[in-house]
Amino acid sequence: MTSPKNASSGSRFPKGGRAFPHRDLIGISSLERHEILYLLAEAEQYVAFNRQPAKHSEQLAGLTIINAFFENSTRTLLSFEIAGKRLGADVVNMYAAQSSVKKGETLIDTAVTLNAMRADAIVIRHASSGAVGLIASKVDCPVLNAGDGQHEHPTQALLDALALRHKLRERGEDAEDFTGMTVTICGDILHSRVARSNILCLQALGATVRLCAPPALMPAGIERMGAQPFHDFDAALDGSDVVMMLRLQNERMDGQFIPSPREYRYLYGLTPERLALARVDAIVMHPGPMNRGVEIDSTVADMDGRSIITSQVEMGVAIRMACLDVLTRKARAVPGWGEGEWV
Amino acid sequence: MKQVRPFTIVNGTLVLPDGLKDAALRCADGLIGTGEAHDGDEVIDARGKLVTPGIVDLGVFAIDKPAFHFGGITRAALMPDLSPPLDYPARVRFMATSGKPDLWVHPLAAATQGLDGAHLAEIAMMREAGALAIATGRRWIADSGVMLRLLQYAAMLDMVVVTHAEDGGIAGKAAATAGEIATRLGLPSAPKEAEALALARDIALAEMSGARVHARQVTTRAGCELVRTAKARGVNITAGVTPAHFMLSDIAMGDYRTFTRLSPPLREEDDRHAVIEAIADGTIDVIASGHDPRGPEDKNLPFADAAPGMAGAETLLAMTLTLVRDGVIDMVRAFDLLARNPARLLGVTAGSLEDGLEADIALLDPEAPWIVDSREMAAAAGNTPFDRQPVQGRVTALWKGGVRIDT
Repeated sequence: MTSPKNASSGSRFPKGGRAFPHRDLIGISSLERHEILYLLAEAEQYVAFNRQPAKHSEQLAGLTIINAFFENSTRTLLSFEIAGKRLGADVVNMYAAQSSVKKGETLIDTAVTLNAMRADAIVIRHASSGAVGLIASKVDCPVLNAGDGQHEHPTQALLDALALRHKLRERGEDAEDFTGMTVTICGDILHSRVARSNILCLQALGATVRLCAPPALMPAGIERMGAQPFHDFDAALDGSDVVMMLRLQNERMDGQFIPSPREYRYLYGLTPERLALARVDAIVMHPGPMNRGVEIDSTVADMDGRSIITSQVEMGVAIRMACLDVLTRKARAVPGWGEGEWV
Repeated sequence: MKQVRPFTIVNGTLVLPDGLKDAALRCADGLIGTGEAHDGDEVIDARGKLVTPGIVDLGVFAIDKPAFHFGGITRAALMPDLSPPLDYPARVRFMATSGKPDLWVHPLAAATQGLDGAHLAEIAMMREAGALAIATGRRWIADSGVMLRLLQYAAMLDMVVVTHAEDGGIAGKAAATAGEIATRLGLPSAPKEAEALALARDIALAEMSGARVHARQVTTRAGCELVRTAKARGVNITAGVTPAHFMLSDIAMGDYRTFTRLSPPLREEDDRHAVIEAIADGTIDVIASGHDPRGPEDKNLPFADAAPGMAGAETLLAMTLTLVRDGVIDMVRAFDLLARNPARLLGVTAGSLEDGLEADIALLDPEAPWIVDSREMAAAAGNTPFDRQPVQGRVTALWKGGVRIDT
């Protein structure tokens, strides 16, 4: 078995810790283009590593990683847990439903408690925008944002970029980034942290981003983030290289935003007929969980050669391994990562 | 406490309704008098500083004497949003005397029972107990029928109704104004038109009922314009604002700093300019602190989970003086906004250095520099959105009814 190696992604990136001079990963908004590319490059080795039958390394042996999830999650939590375990860390999961948060403890107290247990990295999901950054300001170890409210979900955007790049390379395109490509993100943009992180990440990597949603689910001022808003899905699809579908986040809705799922599908469901309006080889993505028959038809979700939805899940583990690896390098005294200031 | 010995402030510049005047100010029996010092008066040397009326703060959420006194505030109109609310005569009576001896507290009667927006409270009896005006509280009254009946009742009693101009259906659980900043931060947001909608309705109802309506905070361009045109038509509407909305815009929320979580939320830069214009042209009548000290339990939270509100009493005067320094208003108008106009709305014989009014007086050094520091506030909590900001203007002495207050 081959073991993943450390900090050796070639000469395209700054040396040592300067390649990624951040203690935390709170959002794509604080990353430079080359830092995004660096994380993607670091993740490549883990993609290969994860495809081996024996996929366990001792790189993070002895480190404790706490996954503190204040909001329900299945795939993201599992993905982070697998990532930490494959790197040999001791991974502990904390669910809000079972925690003292329900007993009235404040978020800050919970953060201080986790810190006192000497975690080496904390992965946090929370229902409030900005909550993960708030916790990060109170603890001494790296913090990874696994989704904060409607703000950001940076590892999702990174894994989407990795999955998309893999697909392009599989087709023989020697893609480093997405320059010249048009990506349409359709669905509940208003409540979506995935959309926000993806807008920032895809644009940093050169793509044009279109957004499609009914007016009530389109956030105000989104065009000032550089994205092009559409209400007509057919128009948005025209010329799109990638279609990324989002589910309706009913749990975040304060009031009624659409008349019915049936009507939503009528206007915004990705059917095979609709997909035909995009480029002939357009790629279909979905961060999951999918509501089949609402925003995406099963035939599209499972379309061979076009849908990369399961690849997204696979890349998720690799990306999270790369993030845990990179962010713990200082603590592990990896050569070249000790000095310099975090930003 | 009664004034025992008359005093005369000399060597000061009086801020009078019709201009600044280098003159002495004599106070006896708790009232402002005229003329020079009499034999036996205590003589106070103002050393060239300004002599101003004590500030009348129209709309605070807590009685916080150290902060009020630091800020030169001698009268505070208390919003009914206490727990339990000021919707019952006995509670109003208790709060009306709670500031003694060194602060006037003017409770605002809750318009509806429990501030539920549905059932009118015993307003006439609360007036008897000391309420000088009525307030809808932190929220608007959604039911227009209830609002109309409230205004008709208030008109009969000749009491001002202090309103919160934000359409609740649109505002929902918003923590920010819809726009680029809220979208980038992923904060629940509502269009700023929530204000104009509420104002338009309340102006229409004020016209129907003949009631006096005071919109406590007008924070948007459209809102200012509605008030401006309504006033031109002769509607009995006045408008207020707090310094947050003429000093800051939503950019200040950039790092999720919960001290900038306010209600209504900070607006866009264009609205901030509109508010300044409305202060300049007389559309806005009152600048108040909205004083709402909130400790870490309420503020050390994710932005949308934090309670709205700012500790504003200490910075009210200094922030208003920035408008004087910028040439938006003059010193006379500053004290119209801070004292004279709110005193008129409440119907109290104070707020101005005129003969026969209550001797609520401040000595002000308008140039004195200081730095706002959330860690060292006189207020019960340091939740100021102006943290670390260098400002000018400090009150150096304060009298309530002719009695010196320790500041």
